Amino acid sequence: MLFNDLSTVGKYLGQAARQMVGLPDYQTYVRHRRLTHPDLPVMTEIEFFRDRQEARYGSGRSGGCC
Amino acid sequence: MNLVSKHAIWWLLTVVGVFSLGIVALSRGETINALWIITAAVAIYLVAYRYYSLYIADKVMQLDPTRATPAVRHNDGLDYVPTNKYVLFGHHFAAIAGAGPLVGPVLAAQMGYLPGTLWLIVGVVLAGAVQDFMVLFVSTRRDGRSLGDLVKSELGLVPGMIALVGTFVIMVIILAVLALIVVKALAASPWGTFTVAATIVIAMFMGVYSRFIRPGRVGEISMIGIVLLIASIVIGGQVAHSPTWAPLFTFDAKQLSWMLIIYGFVASVLPVWLLLAPRDYLSTFLKIGTIVGLALAMVFVAPNLRMPAVTQFVDGTGPAWSGSLFPFIFITIACGAVSGFHALIASGTTPKLLDNEKNARMIGYGAMLMESFVAIMAIVTASVIDPGVFFAMNSPAAIIGTTVQGAAQVISQWGFIITPDVLIQVAKDVGENTILSRAGGAPTLAVGMAQIFSQVIGGQAMMAFWYHFAILFEALFILTACDAGTRAGRFMLQDLLGSFVPSFKRTNSWTASLTATGLCVAAWGYILYQGVVDPLGGINSLWPLFGISNQMLASVALMLCTVVLFKMKRQKYAWVTILPTSWLLICTLAAGWEKVFDANPKIGFLALADKFQAAVDKGVLLAPAKSLEQMKQIVFNNYLDAALAVFFIFVVVSMLYYTVIACIKALREDKITSCELPYVAIPAAAV
Repeated sequence: MLFNDLSTVGKYLGQAARQMVGLPDYQTYVRHRRLTHPDLPVMTEIEFFRDRQEARYGSGRSGGCC
Repeated sequence: MNLVSKHAIWWLLTVVGVFSLGIVALSRGETINALWIITAAVAIYLVAYRYYSLYIADKVMQLDPTRATPAVRHNDGLDYVPTNKYVLFGHHFAAIAGAGPLVGPVLAAQMGYLPGTLWLIVGVVLAGAVQDFMVLFVSTRRDGRSLGDLVKSELGLVPGMIALVGTFVIMVIILAVLALIVVKALAASPWGTFTVAATIVIAMFMGVYSRFIRPGRVGEISMIGIVLLIASIVIGGQVAHSPTWAPLFTFDAKQLSWMLIIYGFVASVLPVWLLLAPRDYLSTFLKIGTIVGLALAMVFVAPNLRMPAVTQFVDGTGPAWSGSLFPFIFITIACGAVSGFHALIASGTTPKLLDNEKNARMIGYGAMLMESFVAIMAIVTASVIDPGVFFAMNSPAAIIGTTVQGAAQVISQWGFIITPDVLIQVAKDVGENTILSRAGGAPTLAVGMAQIFSQVIGGQAMMAFWYHFAILFEALFILTACDAGTRAGRFMLQDLLGSFVPSFKRTNSWTASLTATGLCVAAWGYILYQGVVDPLGGINSLWPLFGISNQMLASVALMLCTVVLFKMKRQKYAWVTILPTSWLLICTLAAGWEKVFDANPKIGFLALADKFQAAVDKGVLLAPAKSLEQMKQIVFNNYLDAALAVFFIFVVVSMLYYTVIACIKALREDKITSCELPYVAIPAAAV
């Protein structure tokens, strides 16, 4: 039980850390694509990473707070 | 009975908060412990969150948990993703917290810890957190659109344009003042300069690694990066002591500002994966880690405050920055109390990730309380160091001279007894040649952090390491802000200029983007350079401009929210935004006016320009100018600063005009006129 909780906490911490630098969860993305657009191709994990990196930094997002 | 027990704990917390604040506010003469401030702040934040933010959520906004958010409606797994609220809290907090909440409170400490602390606590509860929360709400109900867009659709095209231009100018000032902080911290410091230069190399290595070697392994490469950073701090210490290497990394402020300007240009045109992204990983994780570490260390060490509660400088004669308590404390501390910049984030990525409206309260209001807590830690850190050391570090050379003997004499005359030996010892402890005249907040904070951290790990021997760790930690995210900000400024500029010259809009055109980048860097670079050569030390002129512009943006955001409330026919609740708006208007207008027109050359830009012009006319040189040419430059720079302040006043006043018009118009209508998107229910499957 405790082990379960800890791994959940760990999962969320990892997700939070990645979301802080603009990387959403890859599994969530895959699940979403499979569910809503089963006919369309899904980016690989590496493509997904590059796409999100470009989206966060390449489009002139403001540089966080002062 | 149930009602009583439900509220009892909160009453208790209120009592604790008020009692602690009473200790902080009323103690005179005797030293108090930092934990009193921290307890007071945390207790008041919790009570404010429990009651005031709930009131705003339930009554003012009437948040509807059944209403689909943009993340739900446009879910694409990429930009729009319904995100767990704790994960999103982390994302939002990391985006809003930067150098601002660390630097402003340190500068404000020259008036003692009390004025800043009170403004931080009251300001965040009634203004800052309200602004973040309201803007997040307004943007969420409009597909997560940006602040400029929202102003355009709710107030009209002209105010929308004014807000856009205003945002660009603020961006330029923020970049200049952030760069100035780095320059002040690294001038004549080979250790600091080496480590900061090393971060560029480390980040590029990380970029290559995460692009080609192990793509996407962000956690792994960040760990490697942090280990390399720590190694670079250790090596930096060797470099600083080496007679051959130290001179290679020793630069004066002018050289450093040129380097930063060139760096800003190059970094913002490099591919993002090479430098910007990996350095953002480092700075984000280091920032969160250091903030958590500082909080833990503070509770563990429980330091005493050595700065008086209130110093004589509330009268406006302070050495770090001039101007009296009102209005200047309220613009010196922007981030942490209320920061307009957050409105850009709360209308940026966060609303696109919000899974449910009801979580806007924790994200919008809660994360801002957290930032205020960071600012409280900063003011505490600045107040635990010897006040004599604080003033030696934050007074310009024009006031305290350039020798420790002279500085100690002047500062002791102010009533903060200090000996030259102590100033030499502190510099030696932190591994620097001198600590005199390092205004800008970062070095002062670093000395405080070094004192606190070294009591937990390493003792006296580790002081120098911790000092340079703290400098690096700030320089790292300031540099990230510099190139991310230059990029953002470039896109804004292309957008703005594109309205007149359509070819400018093409973001994939090299000519257009290089020109826009060049203009953007030249703008902040010029302001940075004039700050470096400013006779009063730069911070004195630039920080107030930054504060005024940031608070001006906050009042624009709050005015937008007020208009939205009127248009929603909820004007009876509009006091929630009108109250902070009014206060910000009073402060920014008063401060702006004084910065332009005050007869004291230390405060008024025009008075300083006149003083130098008069000297030019007589052919007399005034320090620090060394030629008539430089004298004329200082005159011009002060006219420029005055023009910027006048521009901010113009933005505030014109936005106020449009706001009043929009509110009157909304009152005359008998139906709801806000541009909110129609209600869509959350699909059952998504709940």
